[in-house]
Amino acid sequence: MIHWNSLADFLAMGGYGFYVWGSFGVTALIMVVEPILVIRHRKTTLARLQRQIRAETRNTAE
Amino acid sequence: MKDRFNLYRFASPATFYPLAGAMIPYFVAVSIVFGLAGLWLGMLVAPTDFQQGEGYRIIFIHVPASWMSMFIYLVMAGWAAIGLAFNTRLSGMMAQALAPTGALMAFLSLWTGALWGKPMWGAWWVWDARLTSELILLFLYIGYMALTAAIDDARRADKAGGLLLLVGVVNVPIIYFSVKWWNTLHQGSSVNLTKSSMAETMLWGMLLMAMCFWMYSIAVALMRVRTIMLERERHTDWVKALLAGGEK
Repeated sequence: MIHWNSLADFLAMGGYGFYVWGSFGVTALIMVVEPILVIRHRKTTLARLQRQIRAETRNTAE
Repeated sequence: MKDRFNLYRFASPATFYPLAGAMIPYFVAVSIVFGLAGLWLGMLVAPTDFQQGEGYRIIFIHVPASWMSMFIYLVMAGWAAIGLAFNTRLSGMMAQALAPTGALMAFLSLWTGALWGKPMWGAWWVWDARLTSELILLFLYIGYMALTAAIDDARRADKAGGLLLLVGVVNVPIIYFSVKWWNTLHQGSSVNLTKSSMAETMLWGMLLMAMCFWMYSIAVALMRVRTIMLERERHTDWVKALLAGGEK
């Protein structure tokens, strides 16, 4: 079922290793980093908006 | 009045926001399942290509990324058309949320294409119809993001960006049909509704990877649109209530 004979065989990709893993590596990197950046941006935005809300309610209470 | 089910209700950010939040984990899970299945089939099971050896395996990300780069653009243009016609708030936010992911898909299409072109054609890049029109797609994404970011008023930014999207949509059929219309170095389409030039495991691996990329794009865009909604609707009661309730 598995096409490869060994791990080294798999990594070498029949001599195309650099091109294949260069493609998959950058794709994997982007698909990991993009969600992290989106989540981080959400956290900073939420914190800022919540600060603003607290400041507003404090002002109206006074 | 009887409160009956109404699809238009979801066009309102206040109802779409929690719905999007509930759907994200499912899209992430399905994307991972499709991705693992696609990688297993494509990288471990699929046979060697008789012309391109093992180098052809780049197809399992090159084609899904290219499809998504075109499809996301069409979806954004669709939202732009709805936004310009009906002046709905949600449409601009959706287009904005999709743009960075679309741009990354266009970049990945070009990047993996370069890494595929070098061993097969002997060149990282050629000014060929397919490659050039895909590069223009990347520039359209960047142009849209720069334009909307440069306009302070969100509704005006949506309108200007929407017009750019609609004008640029002409580029998508050009990319798609470029391999038919012109003599290009780029190979013709591997998948066809009636016949396919690929082995069955290769085809299924590619389709599974395409589903993975599709679900990934939806998940990331939904995550992004929720933040845009909070930001843009921060003066409304529903956002204030959410923020006061300690929304995470």
